[in-house]
Amino acid sequence: MAEVVGAYFTSHVPSIGGAIARGEQNDPYWKPFFDGFPRVHEWLAEVKPDVAVAFSNDHGLNFFLDKMPTFAVGAADEYTNADEGWGLPLYKAMKGHAALSWHIIEHLVEDEFDPVTCQQMLVDHALSIPFELAWPDAKEWPVRVVPIGINTVQHPLPSARRCLALGRSVHRALRSWRGAERIVIIGTGGLSHQLDGERTGFMNREYDMFCLDNLATDPDALTRDSIHEIVRQAGTQGVEVLNWIAARGALGPGAKEIHRNYHIPISNTAGATLLLEAA
Amino acid sequence: MTIPAMLGEPGKPIPGTTLFDGAAARKGYALNAMCYSFNVAANRQAFLDDEDAYCDRFSLTPAQRDAVAKRDVLGMIAAGGNIYYLAKLAGIFGLNVQDVGSMQTGMTVPEFKQMLLDQA
Ligand SMILES: [Fe+2]
Repeated sequence: MAEVVGAYFTSHVPSIGGAIARGEQNDPYWKPFFDGFPRVHEWLAEVKPDVAVAFSNDHGLNFFLDKMPTFAVGAADEYTNADEGWGLPLYKAMKGHAALSWHIIEHLVEDEFDPVTCQQMLVDHALSIPFELAWPDAKEWPVRVVPIGINTVQHPLPSARRCLALGRSVHRALRSWRGAERIVIIGTGGLSHQLDGERTGFMNREYDMFCLDNLATDPDALTRDSIHEIVRQAGTQGVEVLNWIAARGALGPGAKEIHRNYHIPISNTAGATLLLEAA
Repeated sequence: MTIPAMLGEPGKPIPGTTLFDGAAARKGYALNAMCYSFNVAANRQAFLDDEDAYCDRFSLTPAQRDAVAKRDVLGMIAAGGNIYYLAKLAGIFGLNVQDVGSMQTGMTVPEFKQMLLDQA
């Protein structure tokens, strides 16, 4: 039977990609963030996942405002990255797991979630950078991926409670999958940051700590705030924490924290990395 | 805006923040569509070659055109621009999110970077 081996969460700030491309991992500015990753590498080598179910948000590569799905599930055999317009290197393609994608889709719809299904989907830095951080020396990615997109761009956004419920539904789908895969759950984005308006540059350590402290043991605590209140505390783009909340749901009922790193600032963002295992 | 003032209060409008909602998405559609086109390198070049003609192609509103011409990021947001798409316009000029932060806060870039560091 398939096994969910744990969950890996990280920020996906585009400038991390720039730092990787320039080899600045040990630069004093970047080191406190990259220092969070040796433990991630060690853990991934221990648990050896071969599939990733990854929650993230598109930033205007695959989706535009002409069609903006609240939830979207990739159902392709391959996902490619493409030019996002600001000079990041082009990232390696990812192999998909279309059969598992459709199993998840079947289950979600049966469970009264109604995602958009995507047999073609470009993946942006929100997936590629967490992969680069996790497997920095990989010639090709060691996992096949099921990407799940959450709209964090155009309000109304799905509530945190809905995102957690979506993740929990994905977990039930994984439990009923008859394959022998070793599945890692990935949640990307955040934590607190805001790129737009007079409040640009806003971060909030206190709120981020609340999220990090509760994610493993009481994820429902993160769902009591409205989207408006999450934006107020986390920033307009800090609302990407919805991806983390959904990923936490997909890990399963109990979880324990095995690793955490947090550093302000990377670019305009509070950078965070977290590993959880099922408990 | 001081860092404590940025936090605002529960249930009140969020200081210095415009939520990108349906109204903004409708208002900003042309501007965001133009910025979305900048995923393609040839389109970035076409914009650099003839900015006016490129804005015409996307039927920008007068307020959007004016904000783009003045590189007025807050004006673009007021005209319905969404930062995820506007970032692609900023990328054409080689501007990063600290540059764009400085443009929106009236701080110099070093001051803006310092403000980020001060939150460590
Ligand atoms: Fe993001």
